[in-house]
Amino acid sequence: MPLPRLIPCLDVAAGRVVKGVRFEGLRDVGDPVELGAAYADAGADELVFLDVKATVEERSLGSELIGRVADELAIPFIVGGGVRAPADAEALLRAGADKVAVNSAALERPELIGQLAELLGSQAVVVAIDAAAGEVRARAGTLPTGRDAVAWAAEAEARGAGEILLTSIDADGTRNGYDLALTTAVSDAVSVPVIASGGAGGAHHVAEALRLAQAALLASILHEHPQRLISLREELRGLGVALRDAA
Amino acid sequence: MNVAVCDYGAGNVRSVLAALRRLGADARLTRAPRQVLAADLAVLPGVGSAASAVAGLRAAGLDEALQERVADGGPTLGICLGLQLALEHSEEDGGVTGLGLVPGRAVRLREGRVPRIGWAAVERFGGDFYFAHSFAAETTAAIAHSEGVVAAAERGSFLGVQFHPEKSGAAGARFLAECLSRA
Repeated sequence: MPLPRLIPCLDVAAGRVVKGVRFEGLRDVGDPVELGAAYADAGADELVFLDVKATVEERSLGSELIGRVADELAIPFIVGGGVRAPADAEALLRAGADKVAVNSAALERPELIGQLAELLGSQAVVVAIDAAAGEVRARAGTLPTGRDAVAWAAEAEARGAGEILLTSIDADGTRNGYDLALTTAVSDAVSVPVIASGGAGGAHHVAEALRLAQAALLASILHEHPQRLISLREELRGLGVALRDAA
Repeated sequence: MNVAVCDYGAGNVRSVLAALRRLGADARLTRAPRQVLAADLAVLPGVGSAASAVAGLRAAGLDEALQERVADGGPTLGICLGLQLALEHSEEDGGVTGLGLVPGRAVRLREGRVPRIGWAAVERFGGDFYFAHSFAAETTAAIAHSEGVVAAAERGSFLGVQFHPEKSGAAGARFLAECLSRA
């Protein structure tokens, strides 16, 4: 198996990296290209740029910005938020993204996953799943769907997803650790890589998640400070987690 | 240094161009066989599916241009799917005939999580490199492995790598700089 991956997540709105509790009180914390490059230099294995306003309004993470990120960064990155049709995803990849993440649109039209996989290859298709108490929620976690998260992950794989980005809404923001039960259940149910997300408060939480999943999404634990990633990598190495040689 | 990056409608080629340009190369995306033949280095990038990629190459006449280029000893680099397309055959998409620049075939990965995504060491090139693939080469021309998977294959003036040097940070930049200096 390849080395476990650390994936900082940058929330983007109106072309800027923002911080906030999802939709409320968004605060500008920097330029996506600059912050992304700083994370890459700090040893990030991959990045996620999540357009946090895209599903509600229109897409704010445009081709121009993605192109600048691709020109500056020499690590892979996922773009998510507001991907509704194969043409949206194709445009993102052409602009320089390596993978697209789909969430709500795939729940509304599951066949979208297969269309994306056929067009882009499975390795470029990430299905993002937000789960609360084992149930999938759409629309940035606001809309219960009645779908079981584990069953949906298995269906997403069967339809062509190349990775599952699994966020526990219950754990998100608690800093009490990733939802290990949910991560285990999904990881056991699929044979594609799983990215665990939500709940990291310290290096030991990340290490726990990386025993179950192939990657860990890092959001608030980094406080938008790339320097924090350097120390986190050192702590993880101290805990016996093998990470890539970024030099 | 003039680099022709083959444009056959594949996904993310911008990153390949950017990585080469950061190293000072004059890298251009092209679907003109003449430019592929004339360049100091030709790059066959690869993201997407084998069948559509081969169809795209044939439609532009790039398949023959690459075959002619390699027969003439012109340095050529295949990346990821670009390595798999250079083989004689791929079992992807129900079976696809490749360019035959390298003996062997691309077969579906059967071990571990597939797609195989992430960073892994490639000793020969000195570092960890980023992989994202569901198929891998089976070839007698392999010159490097990663976790039992063919990481690089070479035949004549063609070198194909399974990893993405353009996405492999400092190690990837060193690898590409070496390719440019050899071309």
